[in-house]
Amino acid sequence: MPSERELVRRVKTVRNIQQVTKAMQTISASKMRRAQQAVLASRPYEEKLRQILMSLAPYTDPEVHPLLQRREVKRAGIVLVTTDRGLVGAMNTNLVRATLRHAEQLPAAGYVAVGRKGIGAIRRFRQPLIAEFTKLGDRPTTADTNPIARVAVDEFLSGTVDEVYLAFTRFVSTIKQVPTLRRILPLVPEEEQRRDQPPLQYIFEPDPETVLEAVLPRLLAIAVYQAILENIASEQSARMVAMRNATDAATDLIESYTLAANKARQWRITKEMLEIASGSEALAKG
Amino acid sequence: MPLQVEVITPERKVFEDEVDMIVIPGSEGMLGILPHHAPLFTGLGAGEMRLKKGTLEYVFAVFGGFMDVRQDKVTVLTDSAEHAEEIDERRAQEARQRAQEALEAAPASSADEQRARAALQRALIRLRVAERRRPRRS
Repeated sequence: MPSERELVRRVKTVRNIQQVTKAMQTISASKMRRAQQAVLASRPYEEKLRQILMSLAPYTDPEVHPLLQRREVKRAGIVLVTTDRGLVGAMNTNLVRATLRHAEQLPAAGYVAVGRKGIGAIRRFRQPLIAEFTKLGDRPTTADTNPIARVAVDEFLSGTVDEVYLAFTRFVSTIKQVPTLRRILPLVPEEEQRRDQPPLQYIFEPDPETVLEAVLPRLLAIAVYQAILENIASEQSARMVAMRNATDAATDLIESYTLAANKARQWRITKEMLEIASGSEALAKG
Repeated sequence: MPLQVEVITPERKVFEDEVDMIVIPGSEGMLGILPHHAPLFTGLGAGEMRLKKGTLEYVFAVFGGFMDVRQDKVTVLTDSAEHAEEIDERRAQEARQRAQEALEAAPASSADEQRARAALQRALIRLRVAERRRPRRS
């Protein structure tokens, strides 16, 4: 049992910690709202672009563009999107674990790490790092994220990697974020779509090659951008929840330490009273 | 049967409604899309997009992107779409001024010149679209 003084000190310490977590909770709550809005608003663009491209596939020849070509997979590239800062609960850990587990099934893997946490994890597990990106901030633009997509495309086109995956934490709700791994290269539509389409007479303007040349890199750039927005929304949500839990835990701790301190104080007072009483009794007898 | 139109930018969904006709700057020139158009996929240029619904006309400045037309569903995916009402005319004027000065200062056929030329084009498109919200004098 710690001493009464020790307990009073602990109450003070926890109260200070609580002030910090409370402040962080407020900050991430407002950042969270903005990040959630951003991610929900930008989703339709990526989804539509992907949808359209997939549905165009039956009318185009995969040989037309190198980004559509499948090769035997000797080495895969994984773009791992994590946060720069911690205090986000298990979000990064979960993603890294899921990604490494997936990588075990690949012949070999190289990583493009986005965010300091991911870079640290890849180094710790001694995995090959192709490139690293940090400090994208809370509100990145496509200009900030395009270099990441460019590295992925370059690695694929040069043949260093034969597949590219995108690993990030998808935002579902404030309390739910899901580690997600998606193949982004080569861009291959689902098989059944390829054959079962009625042969519509599709017009490509100016021609299929030029159109694909413009659309494919754009889709990749947008997919990476979207993944990063998802990750930011997840980060802020996870941090808000982590800090709220910390604040609540601090409240519980303060309560139980205060109770213990009060009990200790009462016990000390009772003891003093007993000593005084027994002392005066002894005097009266004598 | 009217056309089902969606206009989406990376930032948000700008427009979603049924319209009678679309006039849009394609990468190969202006395009008019009416119901029962053949399936089409095209790149977009920069310019003025007009969506006509009955007597209403929605006018946007669009900058690049793609359009998919199939079975009376039209999806416009553009880098940026600004409604005529949203355009800050004063800012566009200033941008035009700046671009013009930059264009004169830049050496011929340099990267700076190209940038200035693109900025000037954007400003001019914005100004032209902004004009549209005023009732036209005939």
